Amino acid sequence: MKYLDEYRDGELARQLAREIRRVTTQPWNIMEVCGGQTHAIVKFGIDELLPKEITLIHGPGCPVCVTPLEMIDKALEIAARPEVIFASFGDMLRVPGSTTDLLSVKAQGGDVRMVYSPLDAVKLAERNPAKEIVFFGVGFETTAPATAMAVFQAAQKGIKNFSTLISHVLVPPAMEALMSSTNCRVQAFLAAGHVCAIMGYEEYLPLAAKYRVPIVVTGFEPMDILQGILMCVQQLESGRTEVENQYARAVRREGNQPAQQLVREVFCVVPRKWRGVGEIPASGLGLRSAYAAFDAEKRFGLTDHQVDEPADCLSGPVLQGLIKPHQCPVFGGKCTPEHPLGATMVSNEGACAAYYRYRRQNFSA
Amino acid sequence: MFDVGCWMFPVLRLMEINPACPLPIQQYPQVLMAHGGGGRLMHNLLEQVFGKAFSNPILDTRHDSAQFNVPPGKLAMTTDSYVVRPLFFPGGDIGSMAVHGTVNDLAMSGARPLYLSCAFIIEEGLPMETLWRVVCSMRAAALRCGVQIITGDTKVVDKGKGDGVFINTTGIGVIEHTLNITPQSVQPGDAVILSGDLGRHGMAIMAVREGLQFESTIESDSAPVRGPVRALIKAGTEVHCLRDLTRGGLASALNEIAEAARVKIAIEQRSVPIREEVHAACEMLGLDPLHVANEGRFVAFTTAKEAERALQLLRQHEVSANAAIIGKVVEKASPLVTLRSAIGASRILDMPSGEQLPRIC
Repeated sequence: MKYLDEYRDGELARQLAREIRRVTTQPWNIMEVCGGQTHAIVKFGIDELLPKEITLIHGPGCPVCVTPLEMIDKALEIAARPEVIFASFGDMLRVPGSTTDLLSVKAQGGDVRMVYSPLDAVKLAERNPAKEIVFFGVGFETTAPATAMAVFQAAQKGIKNFSTLISHVLVPPAMEALMSSTNCRVQAFLAAGHVCAIMGYEEYLPLAAKYRVPIVVTGFEPMDILQGILMCVQQLESGRTEVENQYARAVRREGNQPAQQLVREVFCVVPRKWRGVGEIPASGLGLRSAYAAFDAEKRFGLTDHQVDEPADCLSGPVLQGLIKPHQCPVFGGKCTPEHPLGATMVSNEGACAAYYRYRRQNFSA
Repeated sequence: MFDVGCWMFPVLRLMEINPACPLPIQQYPQVLMAHGGGGRLMHNLLEQVFGKAFSNPILDTRHDSAQFNVPPGKLAMTTDSYVVRPLFFPGGDIGSMAVHGTVNDLAMSGARPLYLSCAFIIEEGLPMETLWRVVCSMRAAALRCGVQIITGDTKVVDKGKGDGVFINTTGIGVIEHTLNITPQSVQPGDAVILSGDLGRHGMAIMAVREGLQFESTIESDSAPVRGPVRALIKAGTEVHCLRDLTRGGLASALNEIAEAARVKIAIEQRSVPIREEVHAACEMLGLDPLHVANEGRFVAFTTAKEAERALQLLRQHEVSANAAIIGKVVEKASPLVTLRSAIGASRILDMPSGEQLPRIC
């Protein structure tokens, strides 16, 4: 397939891996921020091509994984209401809250629909004027513009039966939280390419300078990831701490400015709790007061409540890159994709699910 | 309920059925509850629609059960229910699928299909024209497969309690070979041959159902596969196992066989044929084509030395013209399927855990 096969070429991959081996003289820990990158690394076996000195640490960039239990519980509560059509991206449907998941709510009679775009939810609202349509706004900077557009359009059209349950999160504050933690082992970052396609990469410059860490904006295909790793290692070996752009075919320094404008129009930056990590200041998006009418939490009068994660699930340390998925004692035993204890096992892009799906035989002995 | 007698096939093949809905059914543009109520309306429906389309001597006896003779040999029997939405999709429809799917299950035993039963559960309000189109499509598919529909049943359920129409078909076929085609016959060293490109049916349905538009229309691969299977058996190929790839795709089928045969199977990603448009659609939605449903594809396990000959035989049939050897059975071991990726690393090829869900970004 054009624009894809050339980024999955076996011979090119081996050449890049040889080059990484050639320039590596000492151990380095590199974090890939995005779950999509984790998935590609494990699926294609990219880490198997690397020299033993390079350790990849899987970052917190899986939006399904970091959506807090409390927020999923709120989604379940809204979705179960008889007057509601609850619209969500597909991979949120299976994520368990503290009691059940959206697919089970659907099985019990809730009207839960999978949509590919938040704008489809707006169309649902127009077609079902007697129903309340609620869209579950989840994801990083990548999906935030589409949610913003949905809210913006609903406001323009005066659609009253549409609202959103917002749980959007921002990547740079999470990277900063990781870097400022005392047990941080990360020495370089592969930044999430699609987030940067929207946001550009200027906001990473102060991070790289403050924490003296190389940051390479990286794509999602095997060639992208290997090249991103090579660029990180070259910086680390030569003592440079710069922001570089491996994913130039999709990312510009300034990003997608109309999308950013729309996000700024509809959203403001708020503190946000990350599942497994805790609350991170200024790490989320919330609706501006001008768009408060589209806030499902307010519309349905939901209140905050504290929910505890299952005690034996170590998805927190996994999300922070402190342990590998298979080092969790319940990995593959009590916790599997069919019976997940934590969201890192539910989402396809969660590190635990990727390890279970693609290489559990390596850990069963 | 309708019974069927033995179709006089060569005669019927020449008789064209009027594609327009037959009278007096036209007086009822939609299926009513009364069409399943046992009275005159139901009688008319059975006579004018099912009886007319599937007519043959066994059906025409109108008895409570079909009576038929079978040739000598072991019999194979299978059943499947079809609940696809939309009822008509690029490359097929629920009617042809309900015949192909069941006939294909029989073919996986190397059986020659003889008879089908078919049961319709119809949602009140289904346009009669739609039902007629489905029935005509079943008739054409049955003719193509050389199988006779010899008994059936019709129920009508309340509006909102069905999805237009559900169809169940049960098939009986005769096994006229001495091979033991089962997962347990799979041996280390066997070659794994895939009969064609993957994922077309699942992606065709998803594209129509979700209103996804791609540059070109993806057509379902729904088709009977009896032809190439018969060719393998007729040529004396030592076939150890056959498995059609429906829900769960190639990944589920291989895992089921690995489990049943207690073997490790290794697949080469680059050998697995996938059409460009299917590949692109899967990439966009974050789906794995190896998990996506097919309706006209199967895998064959043969001895390594016969693999090339089997491949050439398969490629002579349109439905399996793109057949490829995609891997082999490595050893007797804890059940495992591995896939060597495009860049040369090996990983587990797992069954999907549940419904395939497109990812966020």
